[in-house]
Amino acid sequence: MEFKVENKAKRFTLGLMIVGVLFSLIGIMMNYSDDNFVTRFLGNTLVNSFFFFCIGLGALFFLALQYATETGWYATVKRVIEALTGFLPVGIVLLLVVLLTITFMDGGGVYIWMDPDMTDPTSHHYDEIIDGKSGYLNKTFFLIRTVVYLVTYYLFYRGFKMRSLEEDRIGGTDIHFKNYRRGAHFLVFFSVFSSTSSWDWIMSIDVHWFSTLFGWYVFAGMWCTTMTVLVMLVLYLKKKGYLPKVNDSHIHDIGKWTFATSFLWSYLFFSQFMLIWYANIGEEATYYILRIEEYQALYFGMFFVNFAFPMLILMSRDAKRHAGILTFVGLIIVIGHWLDTYIMVSGGSLGPTATIGFLEVGMAVLFLGIFIRVILNNLTKAPLTPVNHPFLDESIHHEI
Amino acid sequence: MADKAIYAMYDDDDVLKDGAKMLVSKGVKVNDVYSPFPIHGIDPIIGIKNTRLGIMSFIYALVGLALATYGMWFFMIDDWPMNIGGKPSFSYKENFLSFMPITFEFTVLCAAHGMAITYLIINKTLPGMPAQNPDPRTTDDKFVMEFRMSENPSMTQTELVDLLKNTGMTELDQKDI
Repeated sequence: MEFKVENKAKRFTLGLMIVGVLFSLIGIMMNYSDDNFVTRFLGNTLVNSFFFFCIGLGALFFLALQYATETGWYATVKRVIEALTGFLPVGIVLLLVVLLTITFMDGGGVYIWMDPDMTDPTSHHYDEIIDGKSGYLNKTFFLIRTVVYLVTYYLFYRGFKMRSLEEDRIGGTDIHFKNYRRGAHFLVFFSVFSSTSSWDWIMSIDVHWFSTLFGWYVFAGMWCTTMTVLVMLVLYLKKKGYLPKVNDSHIHDIGKWTFATSFLWSYLFFSQFMLIWYANIGEEATYYILRIEEYQALYFGMFFVNFAFPMLILMSRDAKRHAGILTFVGLIIVIGHWLDTYIMVSGGSLGPTATIGFLEVGMAVLFLGIFIRVILNNLTKAPLTPVNHPFLDESIHHEI
Repeated sequence: MADKAIYAMYDDDDVLKDGAKMLVSKGVKVNDVYSPFPIHGIDPIIGIKNTRLGIMSFIYALVGLALATYGMWFFMIDDWPMNIGGKPSFSYKENFLSFMPITFEFTVLCAAHGMAITYLIINKTLPGMPAQNPDPRTTDDKFVMEFRMSENPSMTQTELVDLLKNTGMTELDQKDI
């Protein structure tokens, strides 16, 4: 069945974009004269472009995971996952533009290590720690790495998409086994890139601080957001009468992924927090001291929303099959993970002065509008149920 | 209590499932199905209620959580106060983070063992217990459906056997209980 974007959905996304632009303009006018305005603005673009890019990347990872494990159950929702990966081209361009802008502005206060004064021994801003890291953290290498990550992701995305449509036309198992190999290759690249890219893009904001667990933490948050968005999108399509082959068991399975990845994220949050808390080493604790002293309610509120909420509400079997409960929890988890990204970026770049005002809300709403519109447009480009997927029959009879 | 059990044996789980569907639609009560592996979707057909093992698991987990919390408090705070990570506050509240991993592990341990033992007791399959299945071949490649005449008072044995003959069974057996 072909998907058509309803006029109501078009008006809704357009409304989101307009509200987003308006709020952003109000925010810009209100705070234009602030000292930290440039940093705040760039930080915001980074938060949102990274957050929404990650939803697309998480979907690509999930798709590759299904290919590499030759999963059967997901065949009927495969096109929805592919529609989510369809945000990648837009997300990659947005993220690249933001990162290039920040680089050309010598960090703009977001990446202070990009400031040439920091590594110049004659300057009174000279920072020995940053100079020591400059073999890895320098503008040229940063841009090379960024481009390598994004190009790799894009190539895999294009390959998966092309083969998926080809499978619809040709059928057979050759394409399936090619996807199987490519999925495994992607996971190899992704396992390295997911860590290093979050070190580069997010962890280097708190440039003196480091945590080897940080990459997994960002990755777990991204995966959780993706599964939450996926379950809400599937429920939306189901409500509109598309996806007739998706039954309660599929919804239940994606609900379980939401539940499980929430735990994965909380587990990594806690692992990172507890080791640093226990060891009590000054240079490691700075990250948490700032966030706990300045943003106590936001930081622990975010943890509560992302951990206790899904745990308590999604624990029972019936809740994971109930569209209303899943959507309600899903919306809250997405907001929770946006806040997580926000505190990671703005807590580091703005220090104690970060606030959520018109600018933050406006930019997030603007990106959300673009994101939803791109996803819905992507859904129209292919039949919503793959025709020749080898496991389609298994998926249609999926029952747990 | 004279009761008669009828056992119908099948070669294939799908044949058994279709047979069970047909029998239930004719008003026959299936007492149980013995199978070497779980048959997907058989529970709702023969009217087996959802398991309550999940509720028991939750209760075992709460017991584990309570025991671990009490234990950690007693060992590390009350009985022999420990200096944890250079923070000698000797208070459970301020040090609870360091007890979380153990608390978590113990909760999982209690839930998992409690569930496994409950499962074995309910199914009467604790090590050394006599086997409950009517035919040893149901642990290999055969499937058996069991009927009790006392649960099907509206039909005679011959009527039931006539119905069964149309379901593709391979062997028929009966036993007085």
